[in-house]
Amino acid sequence: MDLYEYQARDLFEAHGVPVLAGIVAQTPEEAKAAAEQIGGVVVVKAQVKVGGRGKAGGVKLAKTADEAYEHAKSILGMDIKGHTVHRVMIAQGAEIAEEYYFSILLDRAERNYLAMCSKEGGVEIEQLAVESPEKLVRYNFDPNTGIDADAAAEIATQAGFSSDEVPALVEAFQKLWGAFAAEDATLVEVNPLVKTGDGAIIALDGKVTIDENAAFRQPAHADLVDESAEDPLEAKAKENDLNYVKLDGSVGIIGNGAGLVMSTLDVVAYAGEAHDGVTPANFLDIGGGASAEVMANGLDVILGDDQVKSVFVNVFGGITSCDAVATGIVKALEILGDTATKPLVVRLDGNNVDEGRRILKEANHPLVITADTMDGGADKAAELANK
Amino acid sequence: MSIYLNKDSKVIVQGITGGEGTKHTALMLKAGTNIVGGVNARKAGTTVAHKDKTGHDVELPVFGSVTEAMQKTGADVSVAFVPPKFAKDAAVEAIEAEIGLLVIITEGIPVQDSAELYNLSLTKTGVDGKPRTRIIGPNCPGIITPGESLAGITPANITNKGPVGLVSKSGTLTYQMMYELRDIGFSTSIGIGGDPVIGTTHIDALEAFEADPDTEAIVMIGEIGGDAEERAAEYIKAHVTKPVVGYVAGFTAPEGKTMGHAGAIVSGSSGTAEAKKEALEAAGVKVGKTPSETAQLLREIYKGSGSSPVAGAAETVRDKAETLVEKVKDTFKK
Repeated sequence: MDLYEYQARDLFEAHGVPVLAGIVAQTPEEAKAAAEQIGGVVVVKAQVKVGGRGKAGGVKLAKTADEAYEHAKSILGMDIKGHTVHRVMIAQGAEIAEEYYFSILLDRAERNYLAMCSKEGGVEIEQLAVESPEKLVRYNFDPNTGIDADAAAEIATQAGFSSDEVPALVEAFQKLWGAFAAEDATLVEVNPLVKTGDGAIIALDGKVTIDENAAFRQPAHADLVDESAEDPLEAKAKENDLNYVKLDGSVGIIGNGAGLVMSTLDVVAYAGEAHDGVTPANFLDIGGGASAEVMANGLDVILGDDQVKSVFVNVFGGITSCDAVATGIVKALEILGDTATKPLVVRLDGNNVDEGRRILKEANHPLVITADTMDGGADKAAELANK
Repeated sequence: MSIYLNKDSKVIVQGITGGEGTKHTALMLKAGTNIVGGVNARKAGTTVAHKDKTGHDVELPVFGSVTEAMQKTGADVSVAFVPPKFAKDAAVEAIEAEIGLLVIITEGIPVQDSAELYNLSLTKTGVDGKPRTRIIGPNCPGIITPGESLAGITPANITNKGPVGLVSKSGTLTYQMMYELRDIGFSTSIGIGGDPVIGTTHIDALEAFEADPDTEAIVMIGEIGGDAEERAAEYIKAHVTKPVVGYVAGFTAPEGKTMGHAGAIVSGSSGTAEAKKEALEAAGVKVGKTPSETAQLLREIYKGSGSSPVAGAAETVRDKAETLVEKVKDTFKK
């Protein structure tokens, strides 16, 4: 889960990373009050989980609280690359002498952690990495040892900081590592990490991604979820422990196993090319087993999507064999009754497939059409969605 | 032959007394796996009752630790069915006991735990300088050498023994491919898992399949995210002489919300299915558009590899067998 800047700021502060005052506001009035509380020059910053907000006009300097009110009024509700701004952060103004870059992230290729640091921070860091890679220090380290004082000093020195600059950076790097480790983060990026006019090091803007698998030991992370940004169908699926992602197309998809479902989306999209370009309406993985209840919950979510014109159920029977899956589908349709109104193309394969197909045939449900192959089923579902 | 796992592998189950552990211990035994016991510190000294492949009752001992289980049974493989909360501790125990192969089935392990346990395994090296413990997973279906042994949750009765090696990030796609090619069959099939940090990679499996005399062709299944497939493509180009066909899932998956710049700087790849497909094709790997097309590509390659000595020998044997059958039929007619 990606955090908003204000959440990252709060998290940094809780772990002793030097940050400036910042207060989140959802209305211009709240923005004004926050500006008054902080005092002096403030920056009104749009809170969206996408880059490029500065260029889009989502970051504005305010010399007075009234100015903060006006800026918040114009920024709230703004659309930045498809993200509507629902909140702004009122941040204390700072006199910036220099801008640096620092990040810690999981390095998938090396299967350890990587710290990166540059004396030349700011918005163009990706360009710098390509054009002047020597200016970006990359420091891989063992997750079991982390960033100790020596490692932090090594990173700062390699990045070209002078010996009088190093101590403050060592402090900041270690604190950021502390936050990364304690919060089960997979990314902590500070850009820019600034040196102020009086020489202090401050994390001015932070991006943090936290690992949702660690929820069992991070109870506080539940409060960071932005429920207002969730799609209602996705929220409903989540309640039922279903792995669902809403898409824009008209062919509803249900399958078991993330890889097979992803593959099903692809096959439906290919098949759709021959049917006026119909595309998948969603990703829905009901997991390895496919019980009647889970199937009913899944179908319920998909049929709640008005865009859906047909549904493709693509299940591989492994340990849960096809006869159990077929029984599940028949029962799910019984549970749903009249609410099920869209054609269901069902393709079963794997263990006990003949019995599974026999059960579906015998049930002879008017909405169910069976398919022998994944490609054939995708084609049929696409055709039905195009009617 | 096979890779990593065979009929002689002595397997223990960590979490043998739990729900998943119990269910899959039964299925592994049915598939022919030589399970010699399990581990659960709280139930050490007890036994669990199961049936072996032939339906006979077996009592499997439950040990207090992996070290004890290895000492008393000579186990060299552990399969872990342990909830995410306790998975790291279980894995660390197996790594410190220096078991040869550790298969972690558990889904939902925090990536920090996976990174820590993988890096721990790198520090426990043998005389050859390589880590003593090979890790498969986490969040994977495990490994199966059909007809010999299963260490994981792959349905054993969907396929047969044969000359194809399969390595895949995805569980059910693996099963789909094994099922589609069940007439040709598999030497070994490994689900390496799709988590950000995994033990055995596509490259490790490709290297092992290349060295395995009974593997004649390789199927590699990838999916969006990371750049493991791109790196595997480079490896294939440089080191793999056996035919490889590939499949990548996720062409139409919604673009993940990428945040910050660090990820893009590091991977240097978009991680998209298209980028992976292109990299594989540039390495001479035929990539199927759908799982069934991929299976078809493998069939064509396999038919076409009749000139290879092993495949040639296999065909000769098959021809002879068919001739024999005809002869027998003829005899009966007479």
